[in-house]
Formats: sequence, structure tokens, C-alpha cells
Amino acid sequence: MTNVDFQIVLPEVILCLFAMAALMFGVYTGKDKTAPLINWMTAGVFVLLALIIGINGAGSNEAFGGMFVDDGFSRFAKVVILISAAAILVMSERYMQKAGLLRFEYPLLIALAVVGMMVMVSAGDLIALYMGLELQSLALYVVASLRRDSVRSTEAGLKYFVLGALSSGLLLYGASLTYGFAGTTMFSGIVTAATDGHVSIGLLFGLVFILAGLAFKVSAAPFHMWTPDVYEGSPTPVTAFFATAPKMAAMGLFARVMHDAFGNVTADWSQVVAFLSVASMFLGAVAAIGQRDIKRLMAYSSIAHMGFALMGLASGTEFGVQAMLVYMAIYVTMNVGTFAFILSMERDGQVVTDISALNQLSKQQPLKALALLVLMFSLAGVPPLVGFFGKFYVLQAAVQADMAWLAVAGVIASVIGAFYYLRIVYFMYFGEETDGLDGASNPAEWALLMVSAAIMVFGVVNLFGIEGPAMAAAAALVQ
Amino acid sequence: METTILFAPLVGALICGFGWRMLGEHAAQWVATGLLFLACLLSWIVFLGHDGVTEQITIMRFVESGTLSTDWSIRLDRLTAIMLVVITTVSALVHLYSFGYMAHDENFDDAKESYRPRFFAYLSFFTFAMLALVTSDNLVQMFFGWEGVGVASYLLIGFYFRKPSANAAAIKAFVVNRVGDFGFALGIFGLFMLTDSISFDVIFEKAPELAQMTIPFLWQEWNAANLLAFLLFVGAMGKSAQLILHTWLPDAMEGPTPVSALIHAATMVTAGVFLVCRMSPLMEFAPGATQFIVFLGATTAFFAATVGLVQNDIKRVIAYSTCSQLGYMFVAAGVGVYSAAMFHLFTHAFFKAMLFLGAGSVIHAMHHEQDMRNYGNLRHKIPYTFWAMMIGTLAITGVGIPLTYVGFAGFFSKDAIIESAFAAGSGVGTYAFILLVIAALFTSFYSWRLMFMTFYGEARGDKHTHDHAHESPMTMLVPLGVLALGAVFAGMIWLKPFFGDTADVNKFFGVPYHAEEKHAGVTGDTMLLGAGGEDGHAEEAAHGDEVAGWTPGGGAIYAHPSNHVLHDAHYVPVWVKVSPFVAMLIGFGFAWLFYIRAPHLPGQLAANQRHLYQFLLNKWYFDELYDYIFTRPAKAIGGFLWRRGDGNVIDGFLNGMALGVVPFFTRWAGRLQSGYIFTYAFMMVIGIVLLVSWMTLAGN
Repeated sequence: MTNVDFQIVLPEVILCLFAMAALMFGVYTGKDKTAPLINWMTAGVFVLLALIIGINGAGSNEAFGGMFVDDGFSRFAKVVILISAAAILVMSERYMQKAGLLRFEYPLLIALAVVGMMVMVSAGDLIALYMGLELQSLALYVVASLRRDSVRSTEAGLKYFVLGALSSGLLLYGASLTYGFAGTTMFSGIVTAATDGHVSIGLLFGLVFILAGLAFKVSAAPFHMWTPDVYEGSPTPVTAFFATAPKMAAMGLFARVMHDAFGNVTADWSQVVAFLSVASMFLGAVAAIGQRDIKRLMAYSSIAHMGFALMGLASGTEFGVQAMLVYMAIYVTMNVGTFAFILSMERDGQVVTDISALNQLSKQQPLKALALLVLMFSLAGVPPLVGFFGKFYVLQAAVQADMAWLAVAGVIASVIGAFYYLRIVYFMYFGEETDGLDGASNPAEWALLMVSAAIMVFGVVNLFGIEGPAMAAAAALVQ
Repeated sequence: METTILFAPLVGALICGFGWRMLGEHAAQWVATGLLFLACLLSWIVFLGHDGVTEQITIMRFVESGTLSTDWSIRLDRLTAIMLVVITTVSALVHLYSFGYMAHDENFDDAKESYRPRFFAYLSFFTFAMLALVTSDNLVQMFFGWEGVGVASYLLIGFYFRKPSANAAAIKAFVVNRVGDFGFALGIFGLFMLTDSISFDVIFEKAPELAQMTIPFLWQEWNAANLLAFLLFVGAMGKSAQLILHTWLPDAMEGPTPVSALIHAATMVTAGVFLVCRMSPLMEFAPGATQFIVFLGATTAFFAATVGLVQNDIKRVIAYSTCSQLGYMFVAAGVGVYSAAMFHLFTHAFFKAMLFLGAGSVIHAMHHEQDMRNYGNLRHKIPYTFWAMMIGTLAITGVGIPLTYVGFAGFFSKDAIIESAFAAGSGVGTYAFILLVIAALFTSFYSWRLMFMTFYGEARGDKHTHDHAHESPMTMLVPLGVLALGAVFAGMIWLKPFFGDTADVNKFFGVPYHAEEKHAGVTGDTMLLGAGGEDGHAEEAAHGDEVAGWTPGGGAIYAHPSNHVLHDAHYVPVWVKVSPFVAMLIGFGFAWLFYIRAPHLPGQLAANQRHLYQFLLNKWYFDELYDYIFTRPAKAIGGFLWRRGDGNVIDGFLNGMALGVVPFFTRWAGRLQSGYIFTYAFMMVIGIVLLVSWMTLAGN
């Protein structure tokens, strides 16, 4: 490991070292009593690293002979991952404490998952890709079943693990096929082997299997089946985490593999990605209608949103990548706010997840109801909220890439999907009188909910300037 | 000053409409009225001090889009000045009058709702829109005012919004006007297309060129000037209730009477006449269109007069009278004597507003009874109103001493039009002359019939109402008095500038008449030259020269060098000059005979000529015809699209999707989500198989 390599992977190294040191600290001191401290420290380190990466990072650097790439694209993704992970940690404290789940391993597992994600979006090689992916997944399998004494939680963890193993197998199979036909695991090598018109069938198979593995991670239909069950069974803060940072990481990895390794055969994979996109959008929209549990509902919602993000990728252009990044950043922001609300859903001290519990919320907690209303409209993509612009971006990308049919499908799916978002608003404002919610948010949850909602409203001015970085990131990825 | 005139009513409308809760009802009404009197005062100063030279007062940048770029500015010339005084005077008086008329209204519950500030705000808003129309410097600005008055008219006709008939009338007025506006809008588009401008100056300059161009429209080539002038006139037809598009005006009487006086007699309905006069440079190059205008105007004048003969509702009689008088104005404009058209517009505003306000006073006295058959012998109960109506009737029927300069306002302006029509000499001119004289006879008859039925004879109808008939308050009588002055003296005072020598008229309207004299000579010479040898060429050169020397748009109105109608109108035979007077006397005689001397005669005549009577009473069956041709098919199509198109197809499709297809897939997706891990794994495998097959089959 040369000094230069080390400097490039410094953020990941710092996070690893922090995780290990904190683990030691926790084990040898107060164990779970130190958990709140470690929780906050981890969040602080995330934010710090996000700042370092966001402000310090410049240019395109490669480490370890191209296995690890640090460019504008990876930095954009890493900042989103770190910030959202920090937000989730901050808002999960109260819930975890109350449920007796605030163990000191929790933030550290999250930290290790984040390391995995950072490696994923920086991968320049199939092996680095797999390493990051597995580091992330293993940590996530554990946090999914954090509530060891709950059947549902352990079931969720097990399902996730088994299906994740299956998808890993598919991915590895694809990776080995690719290696076999391209003769290298490096993306830079694969991209020269896979040029237009000269793609061997084996390489194509490898591509499809890798796509399937990645689709599992972004929970795109038909590889989405684990999502509702895992979302429902996991503790709510974990669900919130699943819905945000890993999605960004998986999307980043998706884009990186497609453009860095298979950037010369866009036509071959864009059809497949378009199929995944349409299937996800419609499945997410249609299946969510039948859900009464808000966590399951959000699971389908995230499937639908991944469909939209994939639409950006399906266009296979630089603008498409930019659209995807903008969409993901907006999506993550909306989900942080929405889960900040879901975490506070309680009645008589008991956690409630049934959406009918939201009846008449506008009377009991008008401000929170208003914030959730904004978020729901934004998730549904109602102008002039920011969520609309995210959709507009990806639709534009699809239209520019001559895939108008995809854009039309997206619009239809978003109309169907609007139903269940609006139903929540309906419950809040026009629902029947029932026992409402009485849980109060703690300041962190409240602040994140309000900030998220405020961003959806005020972001319409210039989307808080994320378009520029997203454009630079896309340019860095697609040469 | 002009800006103040334009915006004072708007300010009044805003303060009165939105601020009355703060100011109190009464204060708000006085603010609106006070601002209008201010505008009125300033208008008279502008009118009397105006030297006829066109001025432009820029207010702001209006449109900036591609090659379309124009200011919002006030075009102040004689036409505008005339309209300013007409509008602000009548409007200010109507505001004042409304204090009395609207004091108690049985359509509203005084204790519960405040309708007066709303009424005054609408009136002031209307005045603003009308001023915007007449002060416009380009067609789009004019269109703004045009639509603004349309909206105000709609709001005021439907002021009694609880009455279904008022709502129906308001909608009818709005819809019929849209038909005309469509033509107007097409005219504007066409002018912009050909001249690349909407500004009057540019369009006027290019009018001679337009006369040489053709334009495809409805699968045919048309002369551009003729077609565009015609389209603009279609707009005027709608607004001024000319035949075919006249049906809304009588129904508009559903509005409160002050509204009828202001909007549907004195100002808004004359906007069409104003438009034709304003576009005189274009009209002069569109002989086909102007012939049509003459024809339609004369026909309307005749038609409306015949219908007016048999109506029983006092306001409807006056409404048809208005329609008829507007026809007179169009005849004058059509034959090229725009000054005479404006003259009649000017005088008509006074006496027609007065007739309406007088009618309002009668209605007020009779507790909102409008049927003349229930009037009678009212002259002692409401003497001031009686005298005001008498003056109005003398003015509208054109009483005066023939061949002198003594007479009521209508005497001069109407005779000016009839003489002009005769002097035009053309076929349609003669047609118009004959119809207008007959219409003058009818006008006299129905006006006197109105007077006799209302104020003479025996009291008919509800005795109680008659016993309680009372004179109106001062706020209503003062406006009548002021308007009476206009009705008596306006004609005598302003005859010369409007319809005197060509030179006088040109001076008044700011037309550079010296140039005309010179060029008239030149034209004559070149005509001779052209006849002598060089055919065509010299004439064309002369034509160009003449256009350069005497640009259309130099003054407020423009007359083509070959247009000598104004001049000729002064030298028509004596029998022509006397004919309207004689017609008036005959009409009076018949009215006297029918309603004073032998009151049983009308009934007998109606029974004798039942078909003719029914034909007139039903307004020539225009409404029935339109109902049959347009309304019912439109309703049928609407019903079809609503029930079948919207209800079955669109709603059916969406409901089917939302209630059938989507829930089906939702259930299907729910069943798929079995909770068993093997199902999930199986799905993933199926996904893989699908993707691989696709790649293999389609990819390569």
C-alpha cells in the first residue's frame, strides 16, 4: 500500500478504524450504556467525513491499480450516503432506546455497512465491487434482525440473508462469466473487451447476471420480493436506513458497473434496465395500494422510486446519470423526513404502523400533519414540490434518449402511485374520528421531519444547488 | 391628466369593491362616484381644450415578444376626446343616479347583504374598461378594454344573480359577444400577420398596401383590406348588437336600469361604432366591407324599429330603439361620414341615457312594474320625470325646425346620417336612405307610443301601485336634468364641427386638410393625364404620391380623397332634408291617433293583422330560429359529449382502471407476496430466465 493509495482511501480507512476503536471502547467500558454516546459519535464522524469528502475531494484518482476509484461521481454518492446515514442514526436514538434495542453494536454495524457502501460506489474492479457489497450486506443482515427476541425481526433477517446470498451467487456467477470472457476483473479492461458489435454471448450473460444481482440490491422488480417483508419485520430505524443509504449505494454501483464496465454496449443493457424500471414502477404503484402497514407501504414506495431512478440510467446518457443522482438525492431526503415521522407513530406508548391510525391527525398535530402532507405530495410527484422535479428530470432523460414510451409509462405509474400517497393525506385530513396518535416526536425526529418538508417546498428555487454537482458527477462517470 | 382620467375609475372600483368593509358602504360609494366626477371634469377640460392633433401618452411597456413589441399608451385624438366626455359624463351621472335607484332593492335583503358597493364597483370597473378601450393605441390594448367591458356587462346584467332570467341574459350576452369577438380577434391576427404590428399608426400607414394584397381565408383568396375590415366589423356587430348578433341586447335589460342606461345605451354598445371610426383608414380602403356595413346598419335600424313598435316592456322598447339608432350610426360610418356617426353617437348618448334613466325613474315610481300596459296618466304623479322623458322623446324623434339650425340634438345628428346616406349615391346608400326614413317614422311612433301609454290616458293596472306612485329623489332627478341639457343643446352647439363644412370637420378631427386640397387637384390632373395617354402608370404613380402626401392616420378620422360624401351631403335636394321630419310627423300622428284619440284601434289592428303582429311581437322569430339552429344542436352535442364522451368513455375508462384493473393487479401482487422464501427465490429465477432469454433473442 503506497502512500498515495492510502491517501485516496483515507475516509474509508478512518471509518474502519473508528468502528474498531469504538467497538473496543464499548466492549471494555459500559457496553450498552455507552450506546447513545457511540451513536452520536458515529453520526458525527459521518458528517465530518461527508464534509471532508465534499469539500476536499477533487479530480479523479485511482488507488490500488484502478481497483478503487475516487471521482466526482463516487464523492457525490458518498456524501449522500454519509449524510443520510447520520440522519438515520440521530433520529433512531429515541426509538431504539425505548424498544431496548440501543446496543452499542448498532451504530458500529451501520458504520461498517457505510464503509461497504463507500467501497461499492468507488469500485473500479469486480473484486472491489464484491468486497464492498458483501461488507455492506453482512452488516445489514445483522441489523435487520437486531430485535433478536422478535419472530418477525429474525424472520426478516433470515429472509434477507438467504435471498441476499442467492443474489450474491447470481452476481458472482455473472462476475466470473465476465472475467472468463473479458480476461480481466478490472472495469477498464472489461470496457475494452465489451465494445459495440463485438460482444460475445458469454459476456452478455455475465452482464445479465450482474444486473440481476444489482437489481436485488436496489430492490427492482422482479428481484424485489424481499423488500416488503424485510422492511416490515425490521425495527423501524433499520427500515429507514434500508430505504435510504443502501439504495443510494446500490444505485451508484449500478451506474458505475453499467457505465465504467459496459459503457460501450449501452444499447444492450439499456433495454434490460428499462424493463426493470417499468416493472418496478408499476409493481410499486399497484402493490402499495393494498397495503395497510405504513412500513410495507414505504417498501413498495421505494420499489416504485427505484423504478424511476432506473429510468434515468436506462437512458444510458450522461444526462440520465445526472437525473438519477438528482432523483436519488431527493428520494433520500424525502424518505428521511417520512421515516422521521413514522418513528414517532405511537399510541399509548405502543408503536403503531397501521395507516388508519393517521385518521384526523391534522386536528391533533396540525404542523406534523402538514409536513407529512408536503412529503406525501412530494413523493407522489405533485408540482411544485421538489419531488416533481426529480421525476421531471428522469422523464426528461428518457425522452432525450428517444425512450418516450418509458416516460409515458412512468407518468402512468406515477398517477396510479399517487393514490396511496394521497390516501394518507386523506386519512390525515378527512378520515374518520378514531383513536389518534399521541406519540410526541423528540427534537431530532421533529427537526428532520420539518427540515425535509421545508426542503421539498423551498428547494423548488434551485434544488439547493445539487444540479451542478450532480452534473459534474455524471460527467466524471460517463466519459 | 389623461392618465388620471383613465385610472380614476379603476381606483374607485378597487376601493369600493374591496375597501367598503373598512370605509363603510356609504363612503365607498361616494369615493367611486367622486372619482368619476373628477374624471368627468378632466375629460371635459381635455375635450374642450383639444386642438385635434393626435398625441400619444406612454404609460408602460406592454408586450415584448418576438417582433410584437408595443407600449401601453393613451392615444389622444378627437375620437378619444369625444368618447371620454361621453363615457365619463354618463357614467358619473349614472353613479349619482344609482344612489337613489339602488337604495332599496327587493332582490336583496338589506339587513343581510351589501350589494350597493358591489354595484358601484362594477360600474366603476366598467368605466375603466371602456376608457381603456377608447384610449387604446393598439389593437390588443383595445381588445383588453373590449373584453373588460364584456366582463363588466356580464356582471351587471347578472347583477340580480338570484333571478334565473338575469343569469340567462348575462350568459346570452357573453356568449353572443364571444361570437363577435372571434371575428374581431381574427381581424387582429390578420392585421398582425400582414403588417407585423398591432399599433394603429403602423396599420393605418399600411392600409393602402393592404388594399393591394390578398389573403387566403376559408379556402379562398380575399382582398386583405376588405376581409380584415369585415372581420373587425364582426366584432363591432357583436358589441353594438347589429342584426344577426343583436339578440342579447333586449335581454340585457334584465340588469338594473342604470346599467341599461350606461352600458346598453350610451357607451358599451357604441364601442362597435367607435371601432369602425377608429379604423377609418382601413375602412376607406375596403369598399366591399363598408358597403356591407351600410347594408347591415340600415337593415338593423329598420328591423329594430319595427320590433319596437309592438313591445310592451318599457325598457325593451328603448332597447330596440338603441339597436335601431346604432344601425343609423353604422350607416353613417359605412358611407364614409365618420364624423356624422360620431355626432349621432354623441347626441344619442345624452338622450338615450336620459330616456333610460327616465324609464328607471318611472319603474322606481311604479314599484318595479315595467309593463307599459299597466301605466297611464302618470304625468301628474311624476312631473319631473315626465318632462325629462318628453325632452328625450323630442330629441330622439328629431324634433326641430327643418332647414334651420334650431332643434333638439337628435334632429341634427339623425338628419346628418340620412342626408349622408342619400349623398352616398350608391345602391346600398339609396337602400339605406329609404330604410332609415321609414325607421325614423317608426322611431317617432314607438317613442310617442311610449310617452302616451305611460303618461297619458287612464291609469291602468294595479290601483294600489298607482296610488303610491311617487316622484324620485333628487339624486335621480339631477342626472336627468343634466342630460336634458345635452339632449336639447348638444346638436345645436356641435353641429358645425361634426357635420359642417369639410374644412370645419377636418379641423375638428385634426385631419391635415390643406394636403387634401392640394392633392385633390393633383389627382384630378393626373386623372386627365392618364386618360390622355399613359394609361395606368401615371395613375399608379399619382396614387402612390397621394398616399405619401396624405397619410392615413394623420387625423382622428380619415376620408379617402375620392370620398366626397360629407361634402355632397350638404347639397342634397330639399325633399331629402325634409323627409325625416315629415316621417317624424307621420309617426307622431299615428301614435296620437292610436293611443290618445282612438285607444281601441291598436287592438283591432293587431287582431286584423295577427300574423304580422305576432311576427313583430316575437322579434321576427330570431330567438326561436337561433334556438332551433344553434342552441339546441349545441346542447345536444354537449349532452352527447357529456354523457357518452365524458361520462361513459372517459369516466368509464378511468373508473374501470381505478376500480377494476388496478385492484386486480393489487390483489395479484399481494398473493404473490406469499411470505415464503421459495416463492421469492423462484421469482428471482424467473426474472433471470426472462432477462437472459430476452438478451439472447433480442440482444444479438
